Amino acid sequence: MAMSKTKTLTVETHCYHCGEDLPFSPYILADKQFCCLGCQGVYQILSSHNLDNYYAYNDVPGQTQKTQAPRLEYLDEPTIIADLVDYQDNETTVITFYIPAIHCSSCIWLLENLYKINPAIIQSRIDFLKKQVVITFKNKALSLRELAEILSRIGYEPLISLQDVVKKQQHDVSDRQLIRKIAVAGFCFGNTMLLSFPEYFGLSGLEQQFKDFFGWLNLAFCLPVVFYCGRDYFSSAWINLKNGVLNLDFPLALGIAVMFLRSAAEIFSRSGAGFADTLCGLVFFLLVGRWMQKHTYHHLSFERDYRSYFPVAVTLLKENKESPLPLNQLKQGDRILIRSNEIIPADAILLNGTARLDFSFVTGESIPVEKVLGEVVYAGGRQLGGAIELEVIKPVSQSYLTRLWNNETFTADKDRIKTFSGTASKYFSVALLSVAIGSGLFWLFKEDPSKAMASFTAVLIIACPCALALSSPFTLAAVLSIFDKNKFYLKNTAVIEELARIDTFVFDKTGTITNPEAANFSFSGKITAIQKQWISDLARNSGHPLSRELVKWIALPKQFTALDYQEKVGRGISGLIDGQLICLGSTAFLGIEPVPQLPGSTVHVMIADQYLGYFLSSQQWRNGFKDLVLHLGRHAGLHLLSGDQEHDRKSLIPFFPSIQHMHFRQSPQNKLDYIKTLQNKGHKVLMFGDGLNDAGALKQSDLGVAITDNINNFTPGCDAILDGSSFSRIPNFIRQAKDAVRVIHMSFGISLAYNALGLFFAVQGTLSPLIAAVLMPASTITIISFTSIAARLYARKNHLL
Amino acid sequence: MIYMLIGISILLALIFLLAFFWASKTGQNDDTYTPSVRMLFDEEATGKIDQKSDEDHL
Repeated sequence: MAMSKTKTLTVETHCYHCGEDLPFSPYILADKQFCCLGCQGVYQILSSHNLDNYYAYNDVPGQTQKTQAPRLEYLDEPTIIADLVDYQDNETTVITFYIPAIHCSSCIWLLENLYKINPAIIQSRIDFLKKQVVITFKNKALSLRELAEILSRIGYEPLISLQDVVKKQQHDVSDRQLIRKIAVAGFCFGNTMLLSFPEYFGLSGLEQQFKDFFGWLNLAFCLPVVFYCGRDYFSSAWINLKNGVLNLDFPLALGIAVMFLRSAAEIFSRSGAGFADTLCGLVFFLLVGRWMQKHTYHHLSFERDYRSYFPVAVTLLKENKESPLPLNQLKQGDRILIRSNEIIPADAILLNGTARLDFSFVTGESIPVEKVLGEVVYAGGRQLGGAIELEVIKPVSQSYLTRLWNNETFTADKDRIKTFSGTASKYFSVALLSVAIGSGLFWLFKEDPSKAMASFTAVLIIACPCALALSSPFTLAAVLSIFDKNKFYLKNTAVIEELARIDTFVFDKTGTITNPEAANFSFSGKITAIQKQWISDLARNSGHPLSRELVKWIALPKQFTALDYQEKVGRGISGLIDGQLICLGSTAFLGIEPVPQLPGSTVHVMIADQYLGYFLSSQQWRNGFKDLVLHLGRHAGLHLLSGDQEHDRKSLIPFFPSIQHMHFRQSPQNKLDYIKTLQNKGHKVLMFGDGLNDAGALKQSDLGVAITDNINNFTPGCDAILDGSSFSRIPNFIRQAKDAVRVIHMSFGISLAYNALGLFFAVQGTLSPLIAAVLMPASTITIISFTSIAARLYARKNHLL
Repeated sequence: MIYMLIGISILLALIFLLAFFWASKTGQNDDTYTPSVRMLFDEEATGKIDQKSDEDHL
């Protein structure tokens, strides 16, 4: 009862479908209120197919439908279809779509009931974490395009791009293989442990006959563990050794090999029980550690380039006929049609229409660029005006923008983050070998060759750095999931260690430190709804960023046309709307008393010679930007690289330590080079960026962080993705990363203490299998619990939990 | 006797291991979240709406 009550309350002020605030005059259908026609349309479709339960599982499960539906003609092209589908025959087609809008249980329910909307859909299955839906449908009754249109109409537009993330994920089976290895190792570990217990507890005379049998069985269980599960350690150690690198896999592989050989020797010669259970346990825990480290975000991609930003196809004009053409077949000299809100895929010459292009994502320039007939238009711009015709002058891969990806930075392997365990293992391996050889020589010197052999192998077995190998993965995996909860998504665990080393921060401007959805205005004074309408209709005429943001913020459709419109650049605008003289602008423009300095830009309003008040744009920079730079600036260098003009230079000066650190009008290549110069000076550089123009700098920097307000949106290739709402937490993340490295050091110390204890027995040649069987799991469990608890404690200290 | 019992127990464990292999091969471990939500959906959900329209007829 109480639930239904709260529900009606939500419905009254918010859109029934998407939950956004209702506009001045909401759309009403069957007592439900909607914010836009799109949302109402989705509701209509769902209710006419008896799918009302969509709204029962969650309140306001929908996504706003204010943005325009895309054009999907290209999905009729057989070549494109063949590229996209998983399976196709004469009857049925199976396709996997990536749908970013999937976010709640209602989505699952609706998308798995698609067959109720169109009977040609046989089955649809969702993979929620990957945000993918696999749809099987009858291709005679329903085309791929119609299917995509159905999905778009109900608010689940599939994301189809040139760089198909879906396909890549389907072919990745390494995860399954690792899990299979863990299963085998766990199976053998359990069995060998059971078979070893009698030996540890002591066998009575009667049971002695089983001793050999248990030994042989144990050895049999070791075979798959060593040769199947542990195979990677041998090959990795061998490859690294060939390259002259001593990594942690070397002592691990040595430990596994020695343990196996000594167990086999003891069992063959009936001289002992061997270390079968320790061996299986070791491999099992190691593999679990590896699995922990392999935390993947199925719905995020860190490898995106321009191909996932560009559309799959473009409209080709040939003999006055429009036809869709796959983008990779686009040639020089082709005539293409770009409609409103579409992206220009290649450098081209404008032939027809007026181009008003938004390059903010590509160059960082925030004001739309106008182009006239005959001018060259660079790829990557989004057309804001009506449809335009273009002639392609360069293929897609050779355009001004995409050339960036031909830079050597992109072909170079970025797997160069130095991890602590990598550095430490070098010394560890050397120390381990010298202790083993030293103790062996000692006993040889005392003329006790059997003890020499025993102590040599025992050292290699007991010091096998299992706990050591686990301390990094478990700490970092814990930190990774803590970051994850705070909407900071890292590509892999090594990024955390790199984050702790950063000493220089470079910021992009547009979209990174300014909020793309920008200004949040507040009005001081009194204003009526119709006055707001007038202001919006006047400001619509101006190209000034503040006017555009104001129009966006008021969000009312156009009703009146301005007469006698005048604009004084940088001061204000005026005009007659609905018979009223309306003036917007600075106090000087309106001829009134100046107001004291306010935190943000102001737009003063005067209607019919009466001063009403002012709009204050409260959020020019991202939330917490000021505190962030103050905080970071204390210990690290701050730089600004903007592709934009200098109009924000003045307001940014207080944030950056010196004017030499602020650079405007930077091309993507400039940005990349600037980062390189900083690195050559010995700095560890972290780059914050958001657009394609930052892609080179993100790749070149030691750590590239892409900032986005919607993690489903396009982000350029990077090492980490940060949700805009967590922007102010960056110092906390850095502190946590440093603490994580501290935890790794401490757990290293703990595992070394365990090793020293084991070595005490080993060098004397008195290491019994029982001691090994107790020490190995004990040290492992200590490390696992210590690292996860310490990481969480530090996270609490850093206000991340 | 004991040899046989141990043999049987290991065989049984092996069968479970193979069952796990089969499950992993057919992709049953690929998505560990969606099924947990899916099982909560009511198949009868549409029935409720039909009932309501019946009432309208009355």
